[in-house]
Amino acid sequence: MSDTLGGLLTIALLVALLAAVYVPYGDYMARVYTSTTHLRVERLVYRLSGVSPDAEQGARSYATSVVGFSLVSIVVLMGIQLGQAVLPMDRGLPHVPFWMSFNTAVSFVTNTNWQSYSGESTLGFAAQMAGLAVQNFLSAAVGIAIAVALIRGFVRSRSGSLGNFWVDLTRGTIRILLPISFVAAVLLVAGGVVQSFSDLTMQTLAGHSQVLTGGPVASQEAIKELGNNGGGFFNANSAHPFENPSSYTNFLQVSLILVTPVALTRTLGTMLGNRRQGLAILGVMGVLYTLTLVAATWAEVTGQGAAAQAAGAAMEGKETRFGEWASALFVASTTATSTGAVNASHDSLTPVGGGAALVNMMLGEIVPGGVGAGIYGILMMAILAVFVAGLMVGRTPELLGKKISAQQMTYVALYTLTTPALVLVGAGVAIALDPTSEAMGNSGGHGFSEVLYAFTSAANNNGSAFGGLTVTSDFFQITLGLAMLIGRLVPIVLVLLLAGSLAEQGTVPATAGTLPTHKPLFVGMLVGVIVIMTGLTYFPSLALGPIAEALV
Amino acid sequence: MTTTPSATITPPTPDPREHHTHHTHRPAAGTTVGALLAQGGQQLPEALRKLDPRHLWRSPVMFLVLLGSAATTVAAVADPGVFTISITAWLWLTAVFGNLAEAVAEGRGKAQAASLRATRTDTVARLLADDGSESEVPATQLEVGDRVVVEAGEVIPGDGDIVEGIASVDESAITGESAPVIREAGGDRSAVTGGTRVLSDRIVVRVTAAAGETFLDRMIALVEGTSRRKTPNEIALSILLASLTLVFLAAVATLAPMAQYAGAPQDVVVLVALLVCLIPTTIGALLSAIGIAGMDRLVRVNVLAMSGRAVEAAGDVSTLLLDKTGTITYGNRQASRFVAAPGIGADELRDAARLSSIADQTPEGRSVVDLALTQGADDRDLPTGATFVEFTAQTRMSGVDLSDGTEVRKGAGSAIAAWLGAEQPAEVHDIVEEISRAGGTPLVIGRKDRHGAGQVLGVIHLKDVVKAGMAERFAELRSMGIRTVMITGDNALTAQAIAKEAGVDDFLAEATPEDKMAYIHREQEGGRLVAMTGDGTNDAPALAAADVGVAMNSGTAAAKEAGNMVDLDSDPTKLIDIVEIGKQLLITRGALTTFSIANDVAKYFAIIPAMFVVAYPSLDKLNVMDLATPQSAILSAVIFNALVIVGLIPLALRGVRFRAASATSVLRRNILVFGLGGIVVPFVGIKLIDLVVSTLPGLGS
Repeated sequence: MSDTLGGLLTIALLVALLAAVYVPYGDYMARVYTSTTHLRVERLVYRLSGVSPDAEQGARSYATSVVGFSLVSIVVLMGIQLGQAVLPMDRGLPHVPFWMSFNTAVSFVTNTNWQSYSGESTLGFAAQMAGLAVQNFLSAAVGIAIAVALIRGFVRSRSGSLGNFWVDLTRGTIRILLPISFVAAVLLVAGGVVQSFSDLTMQTLAGHSQVLTGGPVASQEAIKELGNNGGGFFNANSAHPFENPSSYTNFLQVSLILVTPVALTRTLGTMLGNRRQGLAILGVMGVLYTLTLVAATWAEVTGQGAAAQAAGAAMEGKETRFGEWASALFVASTTATSTGAVNASHDSLTPVGGGAALVNMMLGEIVPGGVGAGIYGILMMAILAVFVAGLMVGRTPELLGKKISAQQMTYVALYTLTTPALVLVGAGVAIALDPTSEAMGNSGGHGFSEVLYAFTSAANNNGSAFGGLTVTSDFFQITLGLAMLIGRLVPIVLVLLLAGSLAEQGTVPATAGTLPTHKPLFVGMLVGVIVIMTGLTYFPSLALGPIAEALV
Repeated sequence: MTTTPSATITPPTPDPREHHTHHTHRPAAGTTVGALLAQGGQQLPEALRKLDPRHLWRSPVMFLVLLGSAATTVAAVADPGVFTISITAWLWLTAVFGNLAEAVAEGRGKAQAASLRATRTDTVARLLADDGSESEVPATQLEVGDRVVVEAGEVIPGDGDIVEGIASVDESAITGESAPVIREAGGDRSAVTGGTRVLSDRIVVRVTAAAGETFLDRMIALVEGTSRRKTPNEIALSILLASLTLVFLAAVATLAPMAQYAGAPQDVVVLVALLVCLIPTTIGALLSAIGIAGMDRLVRVNVLAMSGRAVEAAGDVSTLLLDKTGTITYGNRQASRFVAAPGIGADELRDAARLSSIADQTPEGRSVVDLALTQGADDRDLPTGATFVEFTAQTRMSGVDLSDGTEVRKGAGSAIAAWLGAEQPAEVHDIVEEISRAGGTPLVIGRKDRHGAGQVLGVIHLKDVVKAGMAERFAELRSMGIRTVMITGDNALTAQAIAKEAGVDDFLAEATPEDKMAYIHREQEGGRLVAMTGDGTNDAPALAAADVGVAMNSGTAAAKEAGNMVDLDSDPTKLIDIVEIGKQLLITRGALTTFSIANDVAKYFAIIPAMFVVAYPSLDKLNVMDLATPQSAILSAVIFNALVIVGLIPLALRGVRFRAASATSVLRRNILVFGLGGIVVPFVGIKLIDLVVSTLPGLGS
C-alpha cells in the first residue's frame, strides 16, 4: 500500500470512527450534565468534600470556585514536586527547582502541559501519578464544565445560576474521563505501550542489556490524549516507542485527541435543543481543521522546504514508523486541539507544516479546540461574528435567542484581547532581550518561530513545543508560566461572567428576521471572521517567521 | 347615513387613497455628490475644530489617530523627507475626514434647528387671571398651570391643553404640513404646541410645559444633536472597536522588537502608518455620523424620536400593533355591492339606492352613489321638488321624498321594517344576517308609493375597505419576521373578516386600553419587542409599555409624554417606515464595520512586504499588488485609508439601501457587498493610488 493510500485511508477511518461515536458520546455527555441524580460514589465525594450537590451557583460563585480550585491545585502540585524526594517511588530523583515546579504546576492545572522539564529524568512515579495525572483528569473536567456552564447560559432564561462547578467537575471526571481512559489504557497496553512500576531491562541488538526507564505509561497516556493534556511521561512524548509504539497506537491516540472536542458539538446541540446548531459549529471546526491538515500534509509529504528538498524528503525529526502522513495528522490534531502531545519534532517540520501548527493554535484552539475550551472558544468567536455581521440583518445582534449588548460585548472583547496580547507581548519582550538569542536553537526566521511558538503554545494552553528553544531559564519559566495562567483563567472568568449575563436574559424567539446561525451562510461567515481576525492579529509576526521561511 | 358625524368640523385627513407614504418630507439635505461637497466645504472649519483631543477622546480609534499624527509630526520635524511629510499630512487628513463626517451630519440638523428657532420668537403671552382679567407676560415666564388666551393670528406661547374653545391651528412650523388642523377643548385633540399659530377663533390654553422644556425646545435639541448620547448598540460596537484597536496596538508595538531582531528596524512613522491603517478608522470615523443621520432620516419623515435607543429598538420590533381605522382600512365604511330583494330588478335597486344618497354628503352616502355609477346608473341630479330626509337618531334612516309622493329610505333593517310597518321578507333577513356575519354593515332600502304601500327593495353591503397594498405590505413585514396585530373596537366577527382580508397575523377585537396593555405584556414576556401607535390619554400606559411607542402629534399631551416617538403627521402607518429606518441604521453600522475590518487584509499585503523586503527578500512575493516601492506602498495604503472615509460619508449619511426580505437574503447580499467587497476594493484602490504616488519625486523607484 502506498503512503498516500495509507494516509488517506487512515484519515477516512478516523472520520468514520468519529462519526460513529458522535451521536452516542455527545448525547451521553449531555445527559451527564443535565441529569438530576447522583451516583453513589459521587455522593461520597460530595460528603467528603462538604459540597451540597443540589445547590446552584451563580456566575461569580462558579468562577470563584474554578479560580480557587485552580490556585489550590497549583500550590499542591508545586508542593508535590518540591518535596518529591520524600515521596514514595521517587526513583531517587531530587526535588524540582522552584520556578520549574511553578511552571509545571501551572502547566498541568491549566490543561496546557507545557513541559520545561524532561519527564523521565525529573519526576518520580508518585509525582507523575498523584500530581500530574490527577491534574490531567481535573483540568480536562474543568474545561468541559466551563463549556457546559456557557451552554446553560444560552439555554436558561431569566435564571441567576449556571449549575454547580463541583458537581460538573466530579461528573466529568467520574462519568466521562475515568471510564474512557480506563478502556483506552487497556487498548494502549494491548498495542504495546508500557505499563509497569519499574524500569525495564532490554536486550540491545548488539546483545548487551540496557536499563530503560519504564513506568505507568499507558494509564497516563490515555488521559494525556483524551483530556487534551499532552504532557508526556517521557521527554520525547508520543515519539517515544514506549508511549506510542506503532501506527495502531498512533491512530488510537489521534482518535482520543479528537473524540471529545468533536462530540461536544453534539452535546451543545442536544443541550440547546437545536442539533443543527451543533452541526453548524462542527462544520466551522471541520472546515478550518481540514484546511490546516491539508496544508501540513501537503508540505510534509511533498517536502516543502530547503532542507527537505536537499534531503529528498521531510523525514528529519519524524519517526520512520509513522512516516509523513501520520506525523502530519498528529501535528494538525494536537495543535488544533489544545493537546500539545507530539509524535515528531515540530522544530524540524517544513515551514508550512510548522506554520500550520502555529496557526492552529493562533486560531484560539477552537478547531475543534481543547476539551470544553474549544466549545466556549468558538462560541465567543460566534458572538463576535454575530455582532459584526449580524447587524447587517437590521437587528441588534443576538445569538441563540440572547441579545449581545454592551455588557456581553465587554466580556467577549476582553476574551478576544487576552490571548493575542499575551502571545504578542510575550514574544515581543522575549525577542527584545539579549539572553533569548542564546536560548534559541536557530537564528533568523526559524529562531523567531521558536520564540513565537513557545508563547503561542503557552498562552493558548496548547503545550506543544516547537523545540529548539531552551526554556529552563527563570525568565522563560516565569513568563511562560504566567502566560499559561492568565491565558487560562482570565478567559474562563470572562466566559462565566458572560454565561451569567446570558442566563439572566429572557430568550428572544427566532423569527424570519433573525439571523439564522445553523445554516451554511453562518458557517461561512464564522469561518471568515475567525480567519480574518486571526490573520489580522498575527500576520506581521507570522510574516517574520514561517511565512518568510516558506517563501524562500 | 347610519351614524352621526362626530363633530361639525373634521380635521383635514390625508387623502385615504394615497398610499402610506403620505408624509410631507422636510426638504431633505441633498445627498448628491455636489451637495455633499458643498456641505463638506462648509463644515471644514467645524471639522478642524473637532480635532480637540477632549472631543476625540470619545472615540478611542480616532483619538489614537490623533496621537499617531502628533507622533509622526514630531518625527517629520526632526527628520523631514518627502515620505515622512506625506505620511504625516495624510494621517492628519484621516483625523480631519473623520470629523468632517460628523460635522456634515450635524450640520444638517443645525440647519433644521435654526429654522425651528426662528419660530420661537419672543412671543408675548396673554395670561388669564382667575378673575378673568388679562395681562401680558413674556412667554418665557409662563409656568405650568397658567392659563393663556390665544386668538386668531397669534402664536401659541407654550405647550398646553385647550380648556375652552375650538380653533384651527397652523402647525406647519413643526410638522411642515401647511393644511391647518382643528384643536378643541376636551377629548383627544386638545393639545396644542408652542410656536404654532392660531388661524381662527379664540381658545384658552392651560400651559403644561415650562419654558425651556417645551416640545419645540426638545425638538431643537434633538435635531441639533446636543442631547445625543451613544445608543446601547453603539456602545457595544465601540467596545468591540476599542478592543480591536488594542489588539492592533499590541501587534504593531511588538512588531518593533521583532523587526529589530529580524535586522529590519522600523521608523516610528512606518509603525504609526501601519497602526492607523489597521485600526478600524473607517467605522470609527463614521460611527457617530451614522447615528446622527439615522435620527435625521426620522426627522425627515416627520417623526421625532426622543432617544436613539428607541430607533434601535424599532429595528428589533417583532410585533406591530396597528389600529384598524385609518391605518389598515380607510376608516369609512363604503358600499361594496347591492343585493336585490326577491322580485326586484338589480337596476331598480341600484337607482333607488342612488336616489336615496345623492344628497347624502357622508362618506358612506357618497360611496353608495359612486358604486351605483360604476354599475351604470344615470348621473342625474335629484329631480326637482325632491327633498332630502336627513338621518336622525329617532328614525335611524335617511333618504328622499320625491315630488310625486314616493318616499325612499335607507337604514338599519329594523328601522326600515318599522317604517314600512311590516316584517322583512325572510330572504332579505337572510341577506342582512349574511352581511353582518362577514363583518359588513347591511343597509336596507325601502320604498313607499304615494298611497303608502311599501316594499323592501334590497340591501346595500357596506364594509370597511382595506387600503390598497396593505396585504402586500404585511406580507413584506412577515418576511422580515414581524407580526402585525390589528387593534379594533369592532366585534370579533367583524374583526376577523377584516383581519383576513388585510392579511394581518392576529387581531384584538373590542379592544380596551387594558386589553392592549395585556397583549403588549404577553408579547414582551415571550421576548418580543412591540411597537404601537396611539393618541388618546387612555393609550398612554400602553404607549409607555411598548418598546416603540409612537404618539400622534394630534394626540394628547399625556400620550406624547408616554411614547418615545412623536409622529408629526399623525399617520399611524408611519410605524412601518420607522421600523425600516431602525433596521437601516443597524445595517449601515454593521456593513461599515465589516467593510472596515475586511479592508485590513489588503493593507497588510501592501505594508508588511514593504517593511521587511530588505531583511527577507522572499517577502516580496506577498507584494501581490506589485506596488512600486516600499515608500509608495505604505503611503498608498495610508491615502486609501483616509480617502475611503470620505468616499463612504454619503453611504453613512444616506444609509445602506434596505429592502424588506428575510434575514438570510439580506445578510447574503450585505456580506457579498461589504465583506467580500471590503476585501477586494482596497486591493484595487491601493494599486491605483500607488500608480499615481510612485510618480512623485522621492517616492518612486
